[in-house]
Parts: sequence; C-alpha cells; structure tokens
Amino acid sequence: MIASLAFGVLAVVLLASALAVVLTRNLFHSVLYLALSLTATAGVFLSLDAEFLAAIQLLLYAGGVVTIVVFAIVVTERLVGDRISQTSRQLGAGFGIAGALLVAILAIFRRSPLPIPRPAVSGDLTRAIGQSLLTTYVLPFELLGVLFLAALVGALYFARPDD
Amino acid sequence: MTLQAYLTLAAMLFCIGLFGVLTRRNTIGILLGIELMLNAVNINLAAFARFLGDVSGMIFTVFTICITVAEVALGLALVILIYRIRRTAVADHLDLLRG
Repeated sequence: MIASLAFGVLAVVLLASALAVVLTRNLFHSVLYLALSLTATAGVFLSLDAEFLAAIQLLLYAGGVVTIVVFAIVVTERLVGDRISQTSRQLGAGFGIAGALLVAILAIFRRSPLPIPRPAVSGDLTRAIGQSLLTTYVLPFELLGVLFLAALVGALYFARPDD
Repeated sequence: MTLQAYLTLAAMLFCIGLFGVLTRRNTIGILLGIELMLNAVNINLAAFARFLGDVSGMIFTVFTICITVAEVALGLALVILIYRIRRTAVADHLDLLRG
C-alpha cells in the first residue's frame, strides 16, 4: 500500500517535471526541472531496491550533468533577459510522433502482458553489482575508464582557449 | 508495483523526451530531451533486472549512466565550440552543410 502510494507520487513528480523540462520557455528553469526529474528517477530506483543505482544517479546525473549544463548555459546565453528564453517549433508534429509512439508501446503492453511476480530481494544487491562488475563485466568496466579519459581529453581539446 | 507499471512510466518518460528532442530549437534543450529518454531506458533496465532477479540489467544501467555523463560533457563542449565560431546555440542556424 505504502509502496504503491510512493510509486504513484514519484511517477506524478517525474512525469510533471519531465513535461516542464520540454515545455518551459526559460532554458535555466528547464535545467532545474531536469534536476527534479533526475532526483525522482533516483526515487524510482530506490523503489526497485537498487540503492547503489539511486546513489550514482544522484551523484553523476543530478550532481554532475546539471552542473555541466548550467555552465554551458552561462557560456552560451545570458542568465537574465530575453536571450535565455527558447522557442519550440512544430509542436503539432512533435506531439503527433511522440504520442503515436506512446500509443504503439502501450498497445504492445496490452497485447502481451508480463505477469512476472516481483521476487524477494536475494542478498545485498549492491554487493552483487560490485562482484559482477569486477568479474563478468571487468572488461567493459576497464573500457569505461578509457572512454572517460578520451571524453576528458576531447572536452578539454574542444573547449581550449583560442590561440 | 508490477513490472507493467514501471514499463508504462518509462514509456511515457521516453515519449516526453522524444517530444522535447523533436520540438526544441536550442541545442542545449535538445540535449535535455536526450537525457530524459536515457533516463527512461535506465528505468526499464533496472525494472527488468529487479523483476527477473538478474543483476546484469543493473550493471547495464551503471554503464548507461556513466556513458551518458561522458556524452553530455562532450556534447556541451561541442555546443560551446560551435557557439564560439557561429555565435549561436540554435540548431536551425547551423546550416553550413546545406547545399
């Protein structure tokens, strides 16, 4: 009962803030609503008993990504005044495509329901993730480090001062 | 909550993100829409991992989150670079390759 109530509240907050992200005119407000929706997603992860995912969601997304986007807005737009307001175009076509996709997905859900019962939590999920990350998935894990190095060097190269 | 509820929530979130990507004109706004879509994918992966009792889905979520952070850092570096050259962050103004 409490679980479904919490899920309902999280879902409403998540969808409302996501709609605000794509509809609000002020780009800075859009980023703040994105932070709210990312935090709500962390709550959804918590409702799935995935505490580790919720933690890295808050650390990397709500902490890192939002900060980077705010920096990019400060560099490319002015934080006050007309420049930060953004317009949308072809709202009808975009709504049509997104709505058609949603209807199609929901129709698939109705045709083939997935009556999978929720299994009880078996052991510590965080421990299981850690063990799996350093045994089965150790190669992708190391490649992730290479990717981060490349992204770091690439971002520094792109954003270097003019010479 | 059932698996269906999580999948429906993720589908709605994905479509909202897609709507943002299709309609926004500012490149940063488009990136925010992509963030929402990737979030929906993460919810799907974590939900399937939880309901099937297989931790692999959560590992994939960890990878998706990390790769998204790298993608955002590079994407915004590109936006700043383009802004420096063209003095605009509106996607419609970037038509150098138009014949």
